[in-house]
This record gives sequence, C-alpha cells and structure tokens, in this order.
Amino acid sequence: MLLAPIIWVLTVVIMYFFAAKVWWFPPPINQHGLAYDEQFMRTLVITGIIFFFAQFALGWAIFRYRDDGRRASYSHGNNKWETIWTSATAILFVGLVLTGTRIWVAVHLSEPDPNAIPIELMAKQFAFAFRYPGPDGKFGATELALVNDSTGNPFGLSDKDPAGKDDIVSASLKVPVGKPIKLIMHSRDVIHNFFVRELRLKQDIVPGMEIPLYFQADTPGTYEIPCSELCGLGHFQMRSTMQVMAEADFEKWKQEQAANK
Amino acid sequence: MSSPVVHAHHAPQGFIRKWVFSLDHKVIGIQYYFLALFSVLVGMSLSLLMRFHMIHPDAKVSWFAHLWPTAAQGGIMTPELYLSLMTMHGTIMVFFVLTTAPQSGFGNYFLPIQIGAEDMAFPVLNMLSFWTTLIALVVMVAAFFVQGGPPLAGWTGYPPLSGIGPLAGPGEGLGQTLWIVSIAIFCGASLMGAINFIATIIDLRCQGMSLMRLPLTCWTWFVTAILGLLGFAVLLAAGVLLILDRSAGTSFFIPGGLLVSDQILNHKGGSPLLWQHLFWFFGHPEVYIAILPGMGVTSQVLSTFARKPIFGYRAMVYAILSIGFLGFLVWGHHMFMSGMSPYSAMAFSVLTMAIGVPSAIKTFNWIGTLWGAKIHFTTAMMFALGFVSLFVTGGLSGIFLGQPALDLYFHDTYFVVGHFHMIMGVAAIFGMFAGTFYWFPKMYGRMLNETLGKIHFYVTFVGVYAIFTPMHYLGIAGNPRRYSDFTNFDFLGRLLPVHSFMTQAAYGTAAIQILFFINLFWSMKYGKKAPMNPWNATTLEWTVPSPPPFDNFGGQHPVVNHGPYEYSVPGAPRDYIMQNDPVDVHAE
Repeated sequence: MLLAPIIWVLTVVIMYFFAAKVWWFPPPINQHGLAYDEQFMRTLVITGIIFFFAQFALGWAIFRYRDDGRRASYSHGNNKWETIWTSATAILFVGLVLTGTRIWVAVHLSEPDPNAIPIELMAKQFAFAFRYPGPDGKFGATELALVNDSTGNPFGLSDKDPAGKDDIVSASLKVPVGKPIKLIMHSRDVIHNFFVRELRLKQDIVPGMEIPLYFQADTPGTYEIPCSELCGLGHFQMRSTMQVMAEADFEKWKQEQAANK
Repeated sequence: MSSPVVHAHHAPQGFIRKWVFSLDHKVIGIQYYFLALFSVLVGMSLSLLMRFHMIHPDAKVSWFAHLWPTAAQGGIMTPELYLSLMTMHGTIMVFFVLTTAPQSGFGNYFLPIQIGAEDMAFPVLNMLSFWTTLIALVVMVAAFFVQGGPPLAGWTGYPPLSGIGPLAGPGEGLGQTLWIVSIAIFCGASLMGAINFIATIIDLRCQGMSLMRLPLTCWTWFVTAILGLLGFAVLLAAGVLLILDRSAGTSFFIPGGLLVSDQILNHKGGSPLLWQHLFWFFGHPEVYIAILPGMGVTSQVLSTFARKPIFGYRAMVYAILSIGFLGFLVWGHHMFMSGMSPYSAMAFSVLTMAIGVPSAIKTFNWIGTLWGAKIHFTTAMMFALGFVSLFVTGGLSGIFLGQPALDLYFHDTYFVVGHFHMIMGVAAIFGMFAGTFYWFPKMYGRMLNETLGKIHFYVTFVGVYAIFTPMHYLGIAGNPRRYSDFTNFDFLGRLLPVHSFMTQAAYGTAAIQILFFINLFWSMKYGKKAPMNPWNATTLEWTVPSPPPFDNFGGQHPVVNHGPYEYSVPGAPRDYIMQNDPVDVHAE
C-alpha cells in the first residue's frame, strides 16, 4: 500500500530532474548536434510518457486493488488488449528508431566531402596525437620502428620520405570553424575512443583498423576529448582538447608549427 | 490418482554424500544459492570500495595497504586497483551471482518439484556442474592475489588490452590469464547445467503437465537453459582462443603493427572486433539469462498474491520464447561505436527495438494481472512489484541506447551503467529476493520474518533508485564510465556532487542488506514453522511437505489436471485450485 505513493513520488522526482536539466548536455556546436538533440528530446518525451503511465498504473493497481475484502476477478486475459498493446509498442519503438536513422546515415553513410581537411589521429596508452599533412597536402610515410614519443615523433615519421618533411604533429586537435574535417583514426596499442561531447560524436579507435570520421564544428571554442574506451590504468586521464578556431587563426597556427620544426 | 515409482537413487547416508557431494537437486540448489550469496557479498564490497575511491581518490586507508601491498602502497588506492575492483565486481556479479542464483539455485531446487519429478534428469552431471562452478569461483578469486595484480580489462575483457600480456600494464599478466581460465571453466559448468535443465523439462514432466500447464518459472528456466547452451559454448571457444593469443603466440584477436610500451609485437592479422562479436553473441543472451528467471518468479509471485490467474499466460509464453530467439540477434547493439559496418548497426537496432516488444507485453500483462486483484502485501509480493517498477525504468533507458544515432553520445557513458544496473542488476536481484521470500518456507520449513523483510524491501527499493537513477543524468552530461577519478577533466569536476550522493546511497543500501542476512540466518533456526502451503498457492511444490523429502513426492508421481494459476475460480470451494486437484473440483 505504502508502495503506491513511493512509486509515484519516485516517478515525479526522476522526471523532475530530466525536465530541470540540472546535469545536461553542453550546447551543440553544429547541425548534427542540433539534429541529435532533437532526436534525444523526441525519445525522452515518448519514453517519459510511457514511464509516467506505466509507473502510475502500477501504483494505482497497488492502491486500488489492495485486499479490502472484495473477491478478485477471474480472468485469463484479453486477446484484444494483447493485440493492441503489442502492435502499439512495435510501431512506436520501430518508428522511433527509424526517425533517428537519418542522423546515423549523415554521420556514417553519406557521401564524404572530397574537400574535407584530412587530419590523422594516433591514439596510444594514454595520449592522443594529431597530424596535419602540411602545405603539400600529403602525409609522409611512417615506420613503427621510428616511433619515439620523447623526441616528439609519435607517428614514426620517416626522414626518407620528402612528403613527411612538412607534416605537423600536435598533442591537441585544432580545426578551422565551419570547415568539413576528415579525422583518420589509428591506434597503435589497444582500443581507445574519440569523443567530443559538443560534437555529439563518438568512435572507437581500433588497432589494425583505419577508421575515418567526418564532422564539422561551427562554434569557436575549446572542447575536451575524454578517452571513452577502457585502455588501461591511465584511461581516466587520457585527455586532449579540440580547439575550433577562425580559419585565419588556424592557418597562422599551422605556419607557426611549420616554422618551429 | 498416483502411480508408484522407484526412485533413481536411494536417500544418501552420511554427511559427505548428503551435504557435500550430493546428487539431490535440492541440496545442489542450496549449494548454488550459497555460492551466489558469498559472491554477492564480495561483489557488493568491491562496489563500495569503488564508490569510495571515486569520491576520495587520494584518501589514505591503512587496511588497503594490508590487502594490496603493491596496488595500494601506503594505503592509497591506485587507478589500476580501481580498475581491478571494477573488473572483478562485474565478472563476479554477472557470472557467479546473476547466472547462478536465479537459474542454478532456484531452478535446481524447484524445477523438478514444479514439474512433478523426483530429481533432475542427470543427478551426477548436476553435482559436477556445481563443483566445476565452485572451482571457477576459486580460480577467479585467486586472480586477486597473484603477482602482477588482479586483471583490469573489465568484465568484457576486450583484446588487445586483455590479449597481449603484462606489456599492456599491471594486472595483465597471470591475473588476466586466471580470469580467462576461470571464465572457461565456468562455461563448462554452465553447459553441463544447461543440458540437464533442457533434458529435465522435456523428459521428466509428470502426467498431465503439458507445456501449456507449466508454471512460467519453468518456462523461463527452460529458455534460459537454451540460451546458456548456445551462449556459453561460443564464449568457451572465444576464451580458448584468447588464452592461445596470450600464451601460444597466436593472433586471433591481435592485429599486426602494434607498439606497446615501446616494444613492437610479433602478432599479425588478428581482429579485435572478432572478440567483440563472439563475446557479445554470448553477452547479450547473458542479459536474458540473468533476467528471465526473475521474470518467471515475478509472474509466479504476482499471480499468487494477486489471487488472480496470470493475465495472458499464452502471450507470456510466446514473449519468453521470442525474447529467447531475438536475444541472439541483437548482440551488435553493444558494438555501434566499435568500427563495425554502419549498415549492420541499423539492422541490429531494428532488431533491438523488436525485442522491446515482448518485454513490453510482459509488463502490460503483469499490470493486467494486478487489475481487479485482491493483493496480499507479503514481502515476496513487494519485491515482485518492485521488480516490475525497476524493469520499466531499466527497460525504457534501453530505448535510447538501442538507437545507434543516440549511442553516438551515450556509448560508454554512465547512462549505460545506469541502464544495465537497473535492469540486469537490481531488477534481477529483486527477482531473487522475491524468490527467496516466496520459497524460503518450502526450503527450510520456516517462515522469514515479514517485518524485517518489509523494512529491508522499502529501504532497498528507494536505495537502488537513489544509486542508479543519477547515473542517467551523469550520462547525459557525458561522464565516461570506467574512470577511476574525475579530477582530470573540467566538465567532470562539476559532476562530483552527484557521485558523492550516489556513494552515500550505496553505503545506505548496502548497510540495510545486513537486515536481510540476519533475517535469513535467524529464520532458518528460529522462524515461525511453515505449513505445507503457506501462501495458498497452486503449483506442485506446495503439495509436498516443507522441506520436501528426499525424493520429493514420497515415491508417488503426481498427476496434473489444472493450469498453473487457477486463483479465484468462480464456484470453486477455495480461492485457488491446485494443479493436482481432481478434475471436478466442485465435487469436493
């Protein structure tokens, strides 16, 4: 009996914190983020309604049908209702996932922009490194044996390949605002993960695989990149940042890096 | 209406044959139950240590240093120790609690009695599967104390981290090897158990116990056994391959071109994703292995104390069967972010939504069972009602995670941790509590104390909501899981008060479990004497003495004439008709 009001109060408190948005997403920084938030809200509203009515009905049944001397009704069920709620949930759940498909297709299955700026990501226990091809637009060849983090060569750039002479290597990600980016992701030891909350994007970085990720950031600022796949004891401090800069600043930064080499 | 039978084996004499190497399904069920009880204490203690570390990462606690001289040198828990606690917490809870208690514990004890058999189909196999499980547990616990520290690759053990040995960091030496060996032994034990359950249900049902008269508990044990048979076989194979990668230099899961701790590895050509496919092919059905028996117990208990037939028995059976079938087609939803083909993600997500449908049917039917009922609020009933509430909450967060688009943010955040703890953790455990309060009188011939039981229920119910609901908010804020502390990121620092609240809630909820243990052990000796059928229930276990004699039915085979949930039948002399009552009850 007491259980009924407890269920109702818990339901209201849980829903309050979803509505009050005390702990919430950071604002999105691109179109994808806006579409993502829309899909999230759609799902939240639908599941919220189901949550409310299911918990309320449970509480109501507990309250209303407590043993007060009446006889229980004898029924083995009702096929009409069975059919109604089976089809209703099937349509609702599958429909919901279909409305989100467009977002998934845009991230992973749409025609990639051939002019996207290529940036290579190399993840290792417990740091990210980023590489830009330099003015020649080409990444230089790398060799595993040449990798040396202490001399600032996390990619193992080889002296023998002239295309690598102008490659820029950075511990943080810098991208120009409003330009399509192609992030080419590698790991050299275990599985890591690239996650930027503001981009609403996440992708595992798997050793032995080259995984491209296309995105664009429209709001300047600095955003944190937390590793989001368990990679060992330093997982919790595997951090980098993504700095979204005006295009002129981005070009200037690249020139400075090239000059400092 | 009973035919005499000769029991397959005679009642054992002597302590060893009776209580240690017992062939009696009831003793084996109790052995499993206590194995799970020990494991849940270990698993819960580990979670408390984790919750402590997350909010006090730098705290010095002298006894930490005694327990783990290297991993907690000077009493300060290292990040690797945190990850080891997490790995062991997950592994012990999933394998040795959620897989053992509801299926091997209650299933072993009550399946033969509920279907009118005097034992499981293969009593020796049954004994072997228990002792093999115990060996697996010993090996798993041993991994805690070996050189190099306990494993830290999580309960999912993803290679390369779990596959390349000590180079990958502490815990990845002998500790990780023992972890895999333990899992492989456990797989063997579970396969033996699964075969036994399936054979028992198919062959040993008494006269009149048609499939559509099986109690829903038996249906869930049956489907769970099938899931175990198919799932554990695959996990066993994957585990053997992983051991070979670690110790024989093979490369099933380890690709070429790896450089770990400044050393180039010799591995070549393996696929880290292959492990994930094999693991989750087992791992997703495992979720249903944990929750299905809880659903069965909930149905049984709701019907008993609602004094009503279960709403839509056939729909419930079809829902259990379709959950079992679809459960094998959705493993890819754990891998949306893994780098597998984005096309397959879309297929997996539609199938995942499809499995939500039978789950919703079950929920509707439970509420339908309560509608028009005459509810008796026993502690068992409270836990069954709590199960329904938690199942709704935990199920609905799955609607977010089943969409690859939304998983782009939520994957590996606390949202996931909140989701699976709600549904496969606490909902399943509420199923076990319901089962314990419902069946304890039959098992021990004494009643559990209802007042202690209700206090324990209310605090636990509010407590688990307080622990696991905030995890969803943390997930929305982007908090990654498996972080040993939150001091390295600006956005995580702001979430510390939430973590702190959850830690306090965990302390309180853990503390109230003491009440359950007191109730359990006190009532075994001093509880009120239980009659044969204290709940006026209908299934066959309530037709035999409490506790049942060695061969359950005193050498007689019962004959079943009625469905399992005939409560409040109009015109019947009492408000329940037992399954073995004569066909014409009204003539009584």
